[in-house]
Formats: sequence, C-alpha cells, structure tokens
Amino acid sequence: MPEDSSSDPALPRLRIDRVAKRFGPTIALDGVSLEVAAGEVHALIGENGAGKSTLMKVLSGAHRPDAGSLTLDGQPFEPSDPLHARKCGVAMIYQELNLAPDLSVEENILLGREPATLGWISHGERRRLAKRALEEIGQSQMPLDTPIRALTIAQQQLVEIARALVGEPRVLIMDEPTSSLTQVDTENLFGVIERMSQRGVSVIYISHFLEECQRVASRYTILRDGQSVGTGVMAEASLEQVIELMVGREIDEIYPRTSRSLGEPVLELSDVAGLVKPSCVNLTLHAGEIVGLFGLVGAGRTETLRAVFGLDRLAKGSVTVFSREATHSTPAKRLANGVGFLSENRKEEGLLLNRSVADNLTLTRLGAVTRLGFVSDSAQAATSGKWMARLDVKALSAAQSVGELSGGNQQKIAFGRLLHHDARILLLDEPTRGIDVGSKAQIYRLMNELAGQGKALVFVSSYLPELLGVCDRIGVMCRGELSEVRPVADWSEQQIILTAVGQAEPKEVAA
Amino acid sequence: MNFPRLGSREFLKAVRPFAGLFVVLLLFALDGELRSLFFKGSNFKMILTQTVIVAIGAMGMTMVIVSGGIDLSAGSVVALCSVVTARLIEQGHGLAAVLTFTVLAGGLAGLANGGIITTVRMMPFIVTLGMMGIARGISKWLANNQTVNPESCCGADLCRCPGFSMESVKQFMAYESPLTFFPLPDGVWLALGLAVVMAVVLRSTVFGRYVFAIGSNEDTARLCGIRVNVNKVAIYALAGAFFGLAGVMQFSRLTQGDPSVAIGLELQIIAAVVIGGASLSGGAGSIPGSVIGAFMMACLANGSGIKDWPNYMQEIIIGVVIILAVGMDKVEPFIQRLFKRQSSSN
Repeated sequence: MPEDSSSDPALPRLRIDRVAKRFGPTIALDGVSLEVAAGEVHALIGENGAGKSTLMKVLSGAHRPDAGSLTLDGQPFEPSDPLHARKCGVAMIYQELNLAPDLSVEENILLGREPATLGWISHGERRRLAKRALEEIGQSQMPLDTPIRALTIAQQQLVEIARALVGEPRVLIMDEPTSSLTQVDTENLFGVIERMSQRGVSVIYISHFLEECQRVASRYTILRDGQSVGTGVMAEASLEQVIELMVGREIDEIYPRTSRSLGEPVLELSDVAGLVKPSCVNLTLHAGEIVGLFGLVGAGRTETLRAVFGLDRLAKGSVTVFSREATHSTPAKRLANGVGFLSENRKEEGLLLNRSVADNLTLTRLGAVTRLGFVSDSAQAATSGKWMARLDVKALSAAQSVGELSGGNQQKIAFGRLLHHDARILLLDEPTRGIDVGSKAQIYRLMNELAGQGKALVFVSSYLPELLGVCDRIGVMCRGELSEVRPVADWSEQQIILTAVGQAEPKEVAA
Repeated sequence: MNFPRLGSREFLKAVRPFAGLFVVLLLFALDGELRSLFFKGSNFKMILTQTVIVAIGAMGMTMVIVSGGIDLSAGSVVALCSVVTARLIEQGHGLAAVLTFTVLAGGLAGLANGGIITTVRMMPFIVTLGMMGIARGISKWLANNQTVNPESCCGADLCRCPGFSMESVKQFMAYESPLTFFPLPDGVWLALGLAVVMAVVLRSTVFGRYVFAIGSNEDTARLCGIRVNVNKVAIYALAGAFFGLAGVMQFSRLTQGDPSVAIGLELQIIAAVVIGGASLSGGAGSIPGSVIGAFMMACLANGSGIKDWPNYMQEIIIGVVIILAVGMDKVEPFIQRLFKRQSSSN
C-alpha cells in the first residue's frame, strides 16, 4: 500500500482546481474545485446531472478537462486514459460492475496485470497476490476459484475493490457503490472503506444517499449544475443545508400544481399479471390525474407499464382503455388508441440515437407530417421546431442527431414524442432519471399542464419527493403486487417506504 | 441564427461517396494514358453498363443494411434468377412474363429469408448464408448443372416460336454504336429510374423512415408502434425482387443462364453499399450513395484495365478503397476536432 509518506503531509493527496468541461453546447463542468487529503473519505454529493460522473471521467482519464488543473501529491496529474490514471494511482469503481463474469475471482482480481514470465502466467504468484488483496479488505474467506457469475452483487463489488487495490491506488473513486446492496452488505462495505482509509488510501465516495455520506465520509463537496457550490466537514453539516445546496431552489418552484378536474376513468387494470411480474395489479386511472407508482428496483413497476402497453404478454387480468375492453394488445394498437409509453432506458430503447431530433419526435405519427403520401422534410422540421420551442430543447437544429444532445434534452425529445402523438394516456417510466434539475422541473411543469388538459398520467419513479410533489394519488408496488392506490395526503413517507419493502400490510392500514 | 438544415456531420456523410468518386476521377485525370482513354463517352457507356447489375443489387441491399440486416444470398439469387430467366425464355414467355416471374422468384427467396429471420428469430447473417447455398443449389438443379442457352429462334417481329423474347431480354445490356455515349442500353436507364424511385421511397415514405428506425434501434421502433416483423419481411422480399431483376440483367449480359455465375457478387454489392455510406450496424445509408459506390468500383476496375494492371492489383485497390471509405467515419471526428482547435485558438 502507498506508505510513501515521504510526501509533504500538508499537501493534499488530490487537488482539483477550477476544472471545466463542455460537450458542444452543454456545460458539464463549470469550475469545480475539490481537495482530498491522504486517507480521507470525501463525499461527492449532487443530483443526477450535476456533473459528478463527468468529474469522475476527468479524474479517470476518460475525458480531458477544457480548463483547470489536477494535482496528485503535488505533482501535476494529467491522465491520458483510464489505464494511465490507474498507473498513477487513481482507481475507479464504476456503478456498473466491470468484471468478466465467466472468469474466476482470482483471474478477475489480477485481470490485465497477471504476474507472468515470457507470457506464461505464474499461477502461484497470482494466487498469492489475489489472496493478499482480499485479505486487505478483510475478505480472506472469498473463494478464489468461483466464477464471478456465481457471486452476489455485493460480493462482486468486493472483488472489484480487491482488483483496484492490486494496483496500490492512492485515490479510490466509488460511484454509487451501495445502489444495489442490502443493508448488511452496505455495512460491510463501509467497514472495507474504513480499512482502506486507515491504510492511507483516499476515497472519493459518490452518492446521493445523504445518510450514507454522513455515515462514511469525513468531508463533503456538493456539485450543482457543474459547479462546486459547497464544501465542509460532514459532521458539522445539517441535512437541510446540504439539500438546499444540492437543489438550489425552493421546493414549491420545482413542483407546480394547478387545479385539475377529475374526469371519467380512462384506464382500468383489474388483476393484471405478467408472465413473471407483476403478479396482481388493480388500478383505475381517470382523465386529468397523475397516479404515481413507487417501489424498489425489481418490484414490477416497469413490467406493469410494459405489459399494459402491449410490449410484454399478459398472463391474466383485463385491461380496459376508454371503457373498451382491450386486454391483449400491441404497441401499435395502444398508440392508435391514444396510449403512449416513455421508456426508462432512453438510450437503449427510448430513442433512435443516430437519427435526427425530427425523426424521433414524429416517428409514431408520421402521418401528420406527410404530404401527398411522402414524408415532408419541411413539415417535419416545422412540427419539430414547434415542439423543441415548447419543450425548450437545446439543439442545433431539428436535423441534429439525438445522440449528440445532453440527457435532459434527450428526455425532452422522448417526452415530446408523446406530445406530438397527442397521447391521452401517458405511461411514464422514470421520466426524470439521469437528467439535470432544470430539465426535471420542466418535466414536472409539463406533467402538471397535461393533467390540467385532461390527460391521464401514470408516473413511475424511485424518487419519493417527486412523486409526493407531482402526483394526485400514489400506489406502491412490492414483489409484483400493487398496494391500494391512495391520495397523496393519505400517505406518509414512512408508510410508503414500509409498504415498498413489504413491512406494512396495505389492507390493514386501509381498514 | 440560421442553422443548416442538415447537421454538419450528416452533410459530410451524405457527400462523402460523391467526394470519393471525385477523388478517383481526379487521380485518373492526372495520368496521361487514362486521360485520353478513360474519359471518353464510349468508355463511360461501358462502365455504366458494367455497373448495372451491382447497382440494382445494391438498391435492395441498401434497404436490408439500413434496417440493420444483411443478405448474403444476393449473388446466389442473381445466379438463380439468371437461370429462371433462361428457362422462361425457353418456354416461350414474353418479355413482361419473363420479367415478372423472375422478379417474383427473387422476391420469393427474399420472403423466405425475411420469414425465417422474423418468425424463428435467427440472425440474418446465418439465414441468408443458408439461403446462399440453397439458391445456388436450386439454380444448378434447375439448369441441370450446366449453362442454359435458350435459342433465339428467328428475331423477326412476327415470330412467335419458343425463344422469341430472347432478343428483347438481350436488349437490356446490349449496346449499339460502341463509339458514342448515347444511346445508352435500356438496362442503364432502368437502373437510373429505379435508383430515383428507391431513393425517394427510402428517404421520403413512411416505409422508408420505418426502415431507418428499425435499423437505428429495433426496440425503439417497436415501442413507437412500428410493426417490426412485417416491415422486415417486406424489406427482405423487396430486396430479393431487386436481386431477381439483377438476375435478368445478368442473363442479358451473358445471354445465357449460368448457375455458377455471380459467385461473390454479394460481397461486391455490400462493398458498394458500404462505400456509399451505409453502416453495417444499421440506421444509416442512402440509395444515391450506394449507386455511386457501385459506379466507383466499376471505374476503378475499368481504369485498372486500361492501365493493363493485373487483376490482383484491382482487387488490392478496391480493398483499400473499402477500408478508406469506412475509415473516414473514424478519421473525420479527428479532422473536425483539429479544425475546431485551430479556429478556437485563432
């Protein structure tokens, strides 16, 4: 481990000084400064889109900053690529695990740095190094020959940490390491982080779970809209202070709410079940209302929307759309009936990334921009221009390919498609995931407007505050079942979370 | 502010095949021997005639590749259809019937491709690789493993004996007055007309937009209510029909049905499409680009012929051009960045 305490203790281990980075018109980082001492655990806090991942990519050498400087133990640090950064002692553990699933634990730990002579791997040496790395994080019981595939997510993450340690890092960056861990595994991970910190490794801990940051970090820096807006000692900061800095605006501004009038039921699900998930969903959606669906990852919310939209098969139950029974359907038929769906994976599923903004906006209803049987470029551009202005999309033109836009603008395009289609029932799956605060606020405003116009919205989200702020009624899914859908006022945050983890009996609460 | 209607990157992509052709012609113009022999109306007529088969095939292949697929059976289907043409002429069918049935035969092969790809959910590469063997086999069977030479019985207008349509089919690729550019053979006009129609179909019809959408992201296309399977079957069937028509041209060129002709033609066709700016991962490509790609390859072959370079030189040159054409995709961002850096530092 880096016991080279020869470096001046007064020098910070890592110093980030006014780093800026922009992608085309999008400013990702706008003067971020940050200092981490040796052995310090530093929490980097910020909403999605605040610039955390860009900053990490700059640190790991995936992006080069446009301005500003990085200093590692007093030396200028200019990583040219992730491998170089790793060699300099800056290792990163990504949100998505980067392990070879079919190779063993041992092989993975030493992957890319196998001890070898003349190309022949020295197996004994490899085993010794792998064991040592696991011992260092207190995981000597981990079986070395098991393929990664057979491990739990938490175990895989520990393997990844062990792999990072083999390179004797000076700074270890962890990006949302607990997002898929259980409580016990999280505690275990904190133990490992503490050990590393004692060994002098600096840890940058990225998370938006504030309680976790308080628990594990000694200092914090808050990012908002690409700027570092606050830094300090974790123990001295109050949660309210931190949230205010993170969000940067008053809550009322974010969640507008105008009066809505409830209309006829437009979508009725009774005992809906999919092939695997969901197992039982009952829901009546009225015109002019927003119904929120909360639940943990894997509770079956996405599957419910997909099944209703006709993307996946329904095993049982019935679906009634605009008072007409239409249980089994296809996306084409649902769209024809005015039902629109916004996918949670805008990159993998939601958008044609290499096609233009105009194509993406008008695809479900090309008829509207067709003249004499031919798709008219000018009509398409005019229509798209209208929606781009309405949604405040920042793009060079309607002909720019969607893949070049920022996440927030991409999401607005995906949303805009539902508007162009004039969908009257909108099934929105995580419509605000991974986008900046400003875009989020615009999407909330838009949803409010749509509900005001008498459209019906189903809003799936994992972020409780936005559900409470936007929705009229909320239902909670747990293990494929939907709880009773109740007005927002009848829920407390705690009740919702308890229901989501299956600790509350929804029927009992209702009685 | 005044934005260009096309993004700069899209614009670059659209003009790239034309620029490539321009560079090739420019290089030819630098050479004295080529200058006098290559740039002649009669020579261009020959090149255009030689382009017809690959160009017609490339129109079908462009659709398939833009939709994210591939059709390796193209060469075999062309051979099969040249034999079908020969047999139909032998049996005394008129020109219209010969054309219709041959194109249908090609379409049928494509229909089988598309049907298997969508219903059994197999990779297009594998299915069409299989069809490549099947179509080749059927064409040999149908031709009794030898070339089919329908006799043109008399050639007189009033003649109604078997083989009377031979002369009109031959007309597609035959050319009178070899010393002048005009008149061009019918096949060239047919290919040009089809290119215009297909360019419009692919760019400006709902079907064409769906082809791009499916190739760009099949999941998104499905989510947007596009019936992906129906469209895919239509794409492969239509492409097969184009290969069928290319088969008629192949017959017209050789004036015989040859079951062992057009081996490796699919790769030439794919090369033309790729040089024309299509991406093998789908979602990008254009008919004009593909036709220019086919024309450029014919120019290179013709120029090498005039220079009396051996065949292997031609093959090396065309190989380099393919890599260059696609490599530009990776090189251009660097060039753009260079320009940007310069302009921002100034």
